[in-house]
Amino acid sequence: MQVDPLVIDVKGMHYTPLNRMIREAVASGVRDIVLNNVLGQRFIGNGLRGNVKITINGVPGGDLGMFMSGPECEIFGDAEHAPGNTMDNGYLFIHGSAGDAVAHSMRGGKVFVKGNIGYRGGIHMKEYDGKYPILAVGGTTHAFLGEYMAGGLILVLGIGQEPAVRDRGIGSGIHGGEIVIRGDINEKLLGVGAKKVEFTEEDLERLTPVIEEFCERFGIDPAPFLDTNYSRIIPASSRPFAGKYTWE
Amino acid sequence: MCGIIGVIDRTMSRMDGSSIKRALSLMDERGSGEGAGYVAYGIYPDYPDCYAIHVFFDNLLEPKSTVDRILQTWGRIAHQEEIPTYDQPGLKKEHIPWRYFFKPYTDLMVGTTSPADDTVKHIVMAINSTVEGALVFSSGINLGVFKAAGWPEDVANFYRIEDYKGYIWLAHNRYPTNTPGWWGGAHPFNLLDWAVVHNGEITSYGTNRRYVESNGYKCTMSTDTEVVAYLFDLLGRRHGLPSEIVVGALAPPFWDEIDEMPQKQEEFMRVLRLTYGPALMNGPFAIVVATKDGIVGFTDRIKLRPLVVGEKGPLLYISSEEAAIRVMDPDIESIYMPRAGEPVVGRVMV
Repeated sequence: MQVDPLVIDVKGMHYTPLNRMIREAVASGVRDIVLNNVLGQRFIGNGLRGNVKITINGVPGGDLGMFMSGPECEIFGDAEHAPGNTMDNGYLFIHGSAGDAVAHSMRGGKVFVKGNIGYRGGIHMKEYDGKYPILAVGGTTHAFLGEYMAGGLILVLGIGQEPAVRDRGIGSGIHGGEIVIRGDINEKLLGVGAKKVEFTEEDLERLTPVIEEFCERFGIDPAPFLDTNYSRIIPASSRPFAGKYTWE
Repeated sequence: MCGIIGVIDRTMSRMDGSSIKRALSLMDERGSGEGAGYVAYGIYPDYPDCYAIHVFFDNLLEPKSTVDRILQTWGRIAHQEEIPTYDQPGLKKEHIPWRYFFKPYTDLMVGTTSPADDTVKHIVMAINSTVEGALVFSSGINLGVFKAAGWPEDVANFYRIEDYKGYIWLAHNRYPTNTPGWWGGAHPFNLLDWAVVHNGEITSYGTNRRYVESNGYKCTMSTDTEVVAYLFDLLGRRHGLPSEIVVGALAPPFWDEIDEMPQKQEEFMRVLRLTYGPALMNGPFAIVVATKDGIVGFTDRIKLRPLVVGEKGPLLYISSEEAAIRVMDPDIESIYMPRAGEPVVGRVMV
């Protein structure tokens, strides 16, 4: 049975009543919510659990989907700082660009950004057991991508960019997970504790479903991206700062 | 965390303060209700050759008579009045905002090529460091700062900033961290033609303060941002550096980046960094600075604070958040994020 979505015009609304409305709707069984005229409302979908799709038309404020576990948010617009902050599970599909600290401390689910992201994308991302967060970016990223990264995957396709990333500090302090960037990356851009390794056929096979899902989601032909022309950046060791603060 | 936004109409067409009030209020969460403020350029066209001296008085007796006497010693007061304010339930009036339109005598000071500016600077430093119960918080020509301890919308309504029309506006919503929230500590900070709004902290404040104080400035407002206004006055006005070069001195590229520049540029940056080492600002910051000729926005070199730029025709916006720009201008044509340390400049087209 097709059920009409719950449509909310959020023009001028504060995020507190908005999030309350969303939670009540999800609790009452609503599975499809459309938010129109979104502009600057922070914390949308914070801590939200359940099986629901939220369509966001506009530019949501910072920390979109923080602590969220399960829902899918599709954003037709840009996002501000830290969408997917400490997200546990679920999806953020952002059709525009996003600000700094995207997917900050994310520990599960997927954050896909069609455009560019700011500084420190994927900072402190982590994985454990079955939790495996993925941040994928269609455009470029600024400095300190994957800073202090502890797990998961960051994928940067660099569409329309040459090179895909030209900012410094990639994987600064990385001690788990991997950063995969389209094309060759100048080693000088790697941060402390990061090293570049070959992107192999096995890596491609492993990441093909992610590349295909990203492209399908945003209507991009995946074929040009299904080769091994990527740089793979991983931790040089599991303790990049051993000896920096303590001596053995 | 603080919220900042600035806008310039490069054709000098003037806009009232109602839309920047909405933009700053959208970022209420970036502040704590302990400081907000606005500055606008072009608001006093009836006094084109007078310095508009805005003062917070604790009362209108001793401090004001002392300030009157200092001003009358150094120049002529063309007009003075209390700045109109309107009681707000959420804002306690701690000071009486007053304004003088002041013409300094230019023959009382030697050793300067801009005696009027240097006389006013001297007066501001003298009042702020010696007159109990008086604080000059705005001292430029045809511009004015309006600030208080309160939320953005309360401060805007307290001064009714929609009654002022300017071609440049900067606004700031404060979340005080290291120093107390008070009226004088609210942004924008202003000296002469320079106004500054700042999100972050200047961890090199001690070094920068010693540097500006050794050049005749006095830091009296118990907060780090004040030093940025004085650095811009020293480097920009007194040393005559263009704003891009001032930013290059305050937030220079890293040495390894300088090493890779073409030789001429490398030599220039090396000299700039060595000459202005004590002016280098460390710590997290996003800053917008205005003068009558334009605005410049920049962040620290590793981008520890947000900054977004929007453009539409002659309008240039610089803000902590994209949504704040879109509140002011729903039809904004382009939005982008400048790189760390990269100056974003909007100049008036004369």
